[in-house]
Amino acid sequence: MTDSDPTTGDGPHPDADLPDPVSGERYDDPSAAGTATGLVVETSEGAQELFPRTQTSPDELRREAGAVLRLPEGVVVDPSDIDVEQTDDETMIINMGPQHPSTHGVLRLMIELDGETVLRTKPVIGYLHTGMEKTAEELTYVQGSTNVTRMDYLSPLHNELVLSLAVEALLGIEMPPRSDWIRMLLVELNRVSSHLMWMATNGMDHASTSMMIYGFREREMVLAFFEKTTGLRMNHNFIRPGGTAADLPDGWEDDVTVICDTILPRLDEYDELLTGQPVFRQRSEGVGNLSAEEALALSLTGPLLRSTGVPWDLRRTMPYLRYDEVEFDVIVGTFGDNFDRYSIRLNEIRESIRIIRQIVEKMPAGDYRVQDKKVTPPPRGRIDESMEALIHHFKVFTEGFRVPEGEVYVATESPRGELGCYLVSDGSPKPYRMHIRGPSFVNLQALPLMMRGGLLADAVVVTSSVDPVMGEVDR
Amino acid sequence: MTTAADGDTASDAPAPARSGGSSARRRLGTAPEVLFPTRGQYVDVVSALRDEGFETCSDLCAVDYLTHPGRTLPDGVAPERFEVVVNLLSLSQVRRVRVRVQVPAEDAVVATLFDLYPGTEAMEREAYDLFGIVFTGHPDMTRILLPEDWEGHPLRKDYGVGRVPVQFKGAPGPR
Repeated sequence: MTDSDPTTGDGPHPDADLPDPVSGERYDDPSAAGTATGLVVETSEGAQELFPRTQTSPDELRREAGAVLRLPEGVVVDPSDIDVEQTDDETMIINMGPQHPSTHGVLRLMIELDGETVLRTKPVIGYLHTGMEKTAEELTYVQGSTNVTRMDYLSPLHNELVLSLAVEALLGIEMPPRSDWIRMLLVELNRVSSHLMWMATNGMDHASTSMMIYGFREREMVLAFFEKTTGLRMNHNFIRPGGTAADLPDGWEDDVTVICDTILPRLDEYDELLTGQPVFRQRSEGVGNLSAEEALALSLTGPLLRSTGVPWDLRRTMPYLRYDEVEFDVIVGTFGDNFDRYSIRLNEIRESIRIIRQIVEKMPAGDYRVQDKKVTPPPRGRIDESMEALIHHFKVFTEGFRVPEGEVYVATESPRGELGCYLVSDGSPKPYRMHIRGPSFVNLQALPLMMRGGLLADAVVVTSSVDPVMGEVDR
Repeated sequence: MTTAADGDTASDAPAPARSGGSSARRRLGTAPEVLFPTRGQYVDVVSALRDEGFETCSDLCAVDYLTHPGRTLPDGVAPERFEVVVNLLSLSQVRRVRVRVQVPAEDAVVATLFDLYPGTEAMEREAYDLFGIVFTGHPDMTRILLPEDWEGHPLRKDYGVGRVPVQFKGAPGPR
């Protein structure tokens, strides 16, 4: 593995020259080119793996080492800081994943090690790529939320929300207040369940199996409420363009209050279990450090950015829905290490519960979806009585509704960071282009920087603290 | 913002007026400014924007306008097949700006933004992977989501969608 090309399997690569990264010469094999079709040659760009240093250009070495950051004052990282000259026989490249339990899915990390110390890291992704952006172009706007909800499967409602907000922005429709508040309630509960899931798996990565059990136990309460409300535990397809699929079930206030009253004291138990525990603190404090400049340059968002002390939360800074009408604190860290990210997520659960309690008090009466006949199907009861309603219902669900031509970028704060949707419409009932800016996809770029110089054992917890959901990374 | 755009580029034009509900627009913030630099001006415009306080690049993606050539563009911008769309974010000024650069199909090459915003590394690789737009100067221009021996670039409009025939109950199965 150390000195052979892992992709071709034909031993050491013949040319040790630095490859041209654009043309990808290192992968071009004359013998293969003769047999392949023109398209293969044209689209064969070279392997995505981490290569030995002799086959890697200095530019790419510096990038993998995270030294590409041009700081605001114009300081370019000194190339001599990067151990370009290190020979290969002292180091080895190992493969972690894609089938590693700590990679939270199918993330493959290629790590160059010197003993136990990580020198270079390269995330290799795409194992869960299912072409969801291509699929979205084949589905109507009504069907679209069924598709996007499967991207970030730990916070499906956020995905549905961002698509719905983008479609509604293009439609230019005004949403009834109750639908905004229902959406806020659901996405905040989803944030709680997503962070609880992260607490559980992060505990597992720190070898705290009790945290794994507790986190799943509490998350189950939220999922049970989702099942009661939307009919499904995950992949709800509940938040749709034009509102939500249904109103909240009877007695939802009691259910939500029970969830809040149960989870809040249990967060204090997590504090006892993890926060004050010396082993946990020693393993997380000062591990995976980031600075604010690095985080901004790498386009990081969410808890990663806030852990460096940047108070940026789209719910506060660029409010959508009714977040400007509820009170909550934006949790920020100081050192940008794993412990800060843990504290941020733990306290964001508390803030979300605070928001949920305000939503229960402030929930207005009214429509849960917009009364715009162009967008909204008629109520189920009307279909039995009226032929026109039946035709209308049929048209909405087979043909869909037309969205005016235009393009829009909408961003929301998902548990992992800025979840954006760039939507282009050509006036037909299907999106011309739907691009989802997945926070996990962008945040993964921080891994080489955070792992550099750390121990291999910390690589597991650093990956965990990024909180990647591979469904969203690969889409 | 307007000063820099006016000073740097001649073809910069404000976003076309769009119809839209006031409330939905208000809740999502005001519609951001959209700039349309040419490929030659692209890096300079983005560089000027960064100096102006757009600290981070939220998103970079591409669009293939093969089957929608008649889209609304401001005067002076010639539509091309591809478009690279960059969404920049200023945390200090709490606003966004969008940069849309036209890329012709026969020469699908754009300069990279990697030197300005290292965070565009994975996004440009994704645009390359799915659209075949080459970003010159990018340190690692390889596929990111698809395997490296994949044929074609799937998000192009002339790349077909695969279909699986529906198997009805009672139909002879594979075994």
